[in-house]
Amino acid sequence: MNDIYMDNNATTMVAPEVLECMLPFFCEQYGNASSMHSFGNKVGMALREARQQLQTLLGAEHDSEVIFTSCGTESDSTAILSALRAQPDRKEIITTEVEHPAILNLCNNLELQGYTVHYLKVDKQGCLDLKAYKSLLSERVALVSVMWANNETGNVYPVETMAAMAEAANVMFHTDAVQAAGKLPINLANSSIHMLSLSGHKLHAPKGIGVLYLKRGTRFRPLLRGGHQERGRRAGTENTASIVALGKAAELALAHMAYENSVVSKLRDKLEQGILQAVPNCFVTGNTLKRLPNTTSIAFEFIEGEALLLLLNKQGIAASSGSACTSGSLEPSHVMKAMGIPLTAAHGTLRFSLSRYNTEEEVDRVIAAVPGIVQRLRSLSPYWSEGVQSGDAEFAPIYA
Amino acid sequence: MWEYSEKVKQHFFDPKNAGAVVDANAVGDVGSLSCGDALRLTLKVNPESERIDEAGFQTFGCGSAIASSSALTELIKGLTLDEALKIDNQDIADFLDGLPPEKMHCSVMGQEALEAAVANYRGEEIVDDHEEGALICKCFAVDDIKVRETVRKHQLSSVEDVTNYTKAGGACSSCHEAIEHILEEELSALGQAFKPAPIAKRKAAANVVQIQDMQVETGESYAPKKKAKLSNLQRMKLVEKTLEGIRPTLQRDHGDVELIEIDGKHINVSLKGACTSCQLADDTLSGLQKALIDALGELVELHVLSEKQQHNLGGL
Ligand code: FES
Repeated sequence: MNDIYMDNNATTMVAPEVLECMLPFFCEQYGNASSMHSFGNKVGMALREARQQLQTLLGAEHDSEVIFTSCGTESDSTAILSALRAQPDRKEIITTEVEHPAILNLCNNLELQGYTVHYLKVDKQGCLDLKAYKSLLSERVALVSVMWANNETGNVYPVETMAAMAEAANVMFHTDAVQAAGKLPINLANSSIHMLSLSGHKLHAPKGIGVLYLKRGTRFRPLLRGGHQERGRRAGTENTASIVALGKAAELALAHMAYENSVVSKLRDKLEQGILQAVPNCFVTGNTLKRLPNTTSIAFEFIEGEALLLLLNKQGIAASSGSACTSGSLEPSHVMKAMGIPLTAAHGTLRFSLSRYNTEEEVDRVIAAVPGIVQRLRSLSPYWSEGVQSGDAEFAPIYA
Repeated sequence: MWEYSEKVKQHFFDPKNAGAVVDANAVGDVGSLSCGDALRLTLKVNPESERIDEAGFQTFGCGSAIASSSALTELIKGLTLDEALKIDNQDIADFLDGLPPEKMHCSVMGQEALEAAVANYRGEEIVDDHEEGALICKCFAVDDIKVRETVRKHQLSSVEDVTNYTKAGGACSSCHEAIEHILEEELSALGQAFKPAPIAKRKAAANVVQIQDMQVETGESYAPKKKAKLSNLQRMKLVEKTLEGIRPTLQRDHGDVELIEIDGKHINVSLKGACTSCQLADDTLSGLQKALIDALGELVELHVLSEKQQHNLGGL
């Protein structure tokens, strides 16, 4: 029996068509895209095609708005640092509590350097308060950075509306669309979004390639200076094989978007319902009405996520956990904390993120496996007792 | 995912003594939901002999918390309470063939639960000063609270000081930035500014003679950065002095090291006493070699000569 991979928000398999089209760029087409000879020229043309494929995926007005970077994190950092450097008199940033660490850790660090960062709060479903957001927009703000979709819950944020609000207040807007790109339709030409980050390995391209979309006319300061690659906006010899791969992956993502939003989302719903029906004391976190088609995050009370993952893994099922125990800290993930998920459940969250390669048979196998695993861990847990369920705290640790 | 030893996996997938002991007469509860892990240890202690006849656990926690709890119960079954209290978290980790650095706190929880259970049996009140701070140094499981307290108590002002007092930062260095921030905050609370060291100092083993010490002896200046070429005599003295610095530590553990000869970049020694049979001899040697490299500022290789090799040398 094959192993089941349901951790596609972490990374995805490189699509076979993508792999095939990138291979020649390691051996036959190894020219440097910046060289004047025909070796370079051919590669240069392939890059142009990839840029156009990304332009189409993003609905960008010009292909020159696509800058290839090494990953989503680099794109995010470039966007934020560029906005600050380009507008030295603006010392504030607006972002959310539930961003990816690529944004949060950079913002934390900028605070140490004297910048003020406003972290928008979310409610129990992970939704933002746009009134609170509006009140923070001012000419002191250099940049708003809000993720398009959350990696843990799959929640989709109203970034187009938020970008329009920022534009009205004359503030630059960036979105980390690493989870959304390829799964949701994006039309940047008609939006007020100035910058957008995406990462290849989340949409069946390889790791080590990303994109920063930069709307024409946006003030910009490169992160990497050096050669004139990417029109001087991101120096460094182009990672040609990966760029070509990302172009192909973008084309495929567009072609499969309808499938993701119908078949894949139905599989996800079946998985979710199957688990909820079979396991007591568990619930879905986040906003189920506005989320990515492939993601479900389920919190299981009174057990801890890593133990769940290990037992699932033993049965050949790969998922991911919202407990940060895997990072050495014992805290539940910042997203679960921000939504106020009770500690009794926040430690035991499991995220299943599907892709177009998952099948119904796999979903059935996961539904069959999860209840036993949860039950087994609960039988070991001091909290899983009638006492706790009925609200009587029988377990009284000495430093609770 | 963590790289767990086979033993950890065994005890996670097939934990021993899971569940509460029926008719337990000692219970130790540590941890909480907010801490992210918790352990309840239940024991059945024979009142005559004070021997632990049965031990059981219930854990809310990750894979290594379950494995550590299982290991703990295996380790203490059959021991008297006094014997059991000698078991510490390192014993639990060793029993499991080691835990990843980030997971050492699971073994600490085991030790604490044991102490709590024994105290409960003896009707003692145990004062728990356990506070859960953010983990700063993963290699040595040192949290934010511990670093702050130590900085305040001993008025520390550098990362190196913090490492010396708490071990935090002594291995992979990835926590240095976090330690610097704590220092910055603590010092600024005292109205002082934190001045980071401009470059990382090379870590020399404890008791190792630094190059600077040689300046006194020889009257020559050996700036550590620009290491002047040492004469053979100076080099030999430095090797001797470095070894001398380390010997007391080895002697304390009933071992010793002796310099046999220096042959270019090969430094030949012999190990004595406990060191010869010690399983950690490799670690001792690599520590020694590193100390010599640090002191000499050049790459040298340390070799242990067997008795026969020494004999042959003597015959030359
Ligand atoms: S985390 Fe490795 S030395 Fe502190």
